[in-house]
Amino acid sequence: MKRVYFDNAASTPLDKRVFEKMKNYFLTDYGNASSVHTYGKKARIGIEQSREIIACIINAKESEIYFTSGGTESDNLAVKGIAYAYQDKGNHIITSSAEHTAVVKTCKFLESIGFKVTYLPVDKYGMVDPADVKKNIAEKTILVSIMHANNEVGTINDIEEIVKITNEMGVLFHSDAVQTFTKLPIDVEKCKVDLLTFSGHKIYGPKGTGVLFIRKNVMIQPQIHGGSHERNKRAGSENVPGIVGIGKAAEIKIEEMESEYKRLKELEEYFWTKINENINDVYLNSHIEKRLPGFLNISFGDTDSEAVLLSLDLEGIAVSSGSACLSGSSEPSPVLAAMGLSIERAKSSIRITLGKQNTKEDIDYALTVFPKIVKRIREL
Amino acid sequence: MKKRVAVAMSGGVDSSVTAAVLKEDGYDVVGLTMKLWEYDNVGGNIENESSCCSIESINNARYVSEQIGISHYTLNLTDVFEKKVINNFVEEYLNGRTPNPCILCNVKIKWETLLKKAAEIGADYFSTGHYAKIEFENNRYILKKGKDANKDQSYALWGLTQNTLKKTILPLGEMTKEKVRKYAHSKGFKTAKVGESQEICFIPDNDYHRFLSEWTKSSGVKIKEGEIIAKDGTVLGHHKGYPFYTIGQRKKLGIAVGRPVYVYDIEPESNRIFVGDEEDLCNKGLIADNINIIALEKIEKPLKAITKIRYNDCGSESVVYPVKNNEVRIIFDKKKKSITPGQSVVFYQNDKVIGGGVIKEKIDS
Repeated sequence: MKRVYFDNAASTPLDKRVFEKMKNYFLTDYGNASSVHTYGKKARIGIEQSREIIACIINAKESEIYFTSGGTESDNLAVKGIAYAYQDKGNHIITSSAEHTAVVKTCKFLESIGFKVTYLPVDKYGMVDPADVKKNIAEKTILVSIMHANNEVGTINDIEEIVKITNEMGVLFHSDAVQTFTKLPIDVEKCKVDLLTFSGHKIYGPKGTGVLFIRKNVMIQPQIHGGSHERNKRAGSENVPGIVGIGKAAEIKIEEMESEYKRLKELEEYFWTKINENINDVYLNSHIEKRLPGFLNISFGDTDSEAVLLSLDLEGIAVSSGSACLSGSSEPSPVLAAMGLSIERAKSSIRITLGKQNTKEDIDYALTVFPKIVKRIREL
Repeated sequence: MKKRVAVAMSGGVDSSVTAAVLKEDGYDVVGLTMKLWEYDNVGGNIENESSCCSIESINNARYVSEQIGISHYTLNLTDVFEKKVINNFVEEYLNGRTPNPCILCNVKIKWETLLKKAAEIGADYFSTGHYAKIEFENNRYILKKGKDANKDQSYALWGLTQNTLKKTILPLGEMTKEKVRKYAHSKGFKTAKVGESQEICFIPDNDYHRFLSEWTKSSGVKIKEGEIIAKDGTVLGHHKGYPFYTIGQRKKLGIAVGRPVYVYDIEPESNRIFVGDEEDLCNKGLIADNINIIALEKIEKPLKAITKIRYNDCGSESVVYPVKNNEVRIIFDKKKKSITPGQSVVFYQNDKVIGGGVIKEKIDS
């Protein structure tokens, strides 16, 4: 049975070149990066090289790049770290109702201990209106956190516009850029964000690795205490192979950024066209243009997304519904709800995210399977 | 093309063996485990692991599926389970009846919601690890007792219809529990930890009182103390709330009358419980509604049958009279003890299930 993976927004296969690079730091250069001896030095060099690569990609200073255990930890460090560090200045945070659960839950936690959070509405594509950000910034606002692109529908927010506003009004800005790092250009000199979250396993790098960009002079309260690692901002003996891995993965992806963008756009258009030719009553939930390439969140009318998902899996095709983080709950995704999607459309939505390893043949195979599955479920 | 069968897997030894046997028989097997409740919702001590739907049992089912080499999915059915089974459970107790949620789960969840899901994922058949047989005789699908008389679970399946029986395979009907255990052992299947002593899956600590009190509290209903009345009308003492009692109950009444007494009637309207001697507990017959007839199209004339009024009842000789479409009257040859409204009644001829229903009231003629 042919196996096809269309769930690259959830996770991606490790690039073999990344694996090769990491192997060395498991088996040969395995020292603790803080150790004085050669073993330690070798590990330290690996880490700093990775830091340099990532800093270069976003036009930041190396001292502004911090390694964490993943996107979720980076989001936690960003939001909580800023909240605690600036609580004398204010206690108000602005985010959106379509953010990743790592940001939302962190905000909910902060609310429980006395912070005030405004969850901005999003339009029917999941996009935040920069004017809403401006409207809601108040005297006690210390942070605005809006994701670069949404992980469920792929819609891209106008971060440049929002940053203009936050810079002007003197409020810090954080963006969860997990889905966009190395896929869309990010230049922190051109667009003066204060904090950015990246994740390794979304860019063909290892799981359990992430980055937080913290602009110089921005204060942050560490969330993990212990050793003085990461300039005293994040304690813990470094995950050397992981950090080396995320650097290598980023290095590979940034080279391919433009060609991959084009290729995925073509494949995605092909997919969407074929679906429309063979199945009726389908809706694209993402924004038509302002969307990551290869990202299709589709509602198949009159179906149950769980039934579609399982049926596809039984035919070797992997997609997701809602986001991977929320599977197992019977509630429709809060992001789709925030977009104003009806329950029927939310409960019949499937997320297809194409990646590096997907080809036209994969899509052709999918089209031999999709229509008959949808038909079967509609007939029951 | 291999026929696809979806097997309801609880993580326990019976459903594990069911899936394995069907795979050996050449079916394209898919394991489905239902998540029916959350600890947050049903309360109780989280240390008392339930044998069903706990994380452990779900992991077990997943692990066994991996061992057998079949696809496996966990389905979250907590909403529909709460609506159709848990709510009914509480309602029945509040009506002074004693429900049988496992049977309702079979009809409304397993052979309705889960069966539909199975069809949606392309399964031609649905299977469970119940010890019972399905055969085709005289143009009808017949439900029969399983080969292992000690483990027969046909009683729990009286609600199956021609439509659902047609799509169901029960491999364990032909096996004994011993054989199933040996098979599981030979394959190295992990068995569910708690075992068979589990009563209700969503009350892992078996504390019905706690469950009913907590559940009714949130809906604003108050369970109050009331009187325990003797047959002659004397007040013998007080009970903690009529939903906590069941017909035939002898223990934990909190009264001392010098001889064993049994609950023979519960009156929700007046919040009173009636106790008497063993003979007060016996009745000649019962009326049952929600009737489902399997072996025949319908019951047109009275028929002799062996009738069970609860799961572990050996069954007694009786005559079943049709009353109206949805009801029957059953008269026992000898008076029957502890006929309990709310419980299921199932009537057999030899090992064939003729049909079943829910006990509505006790009668004496």
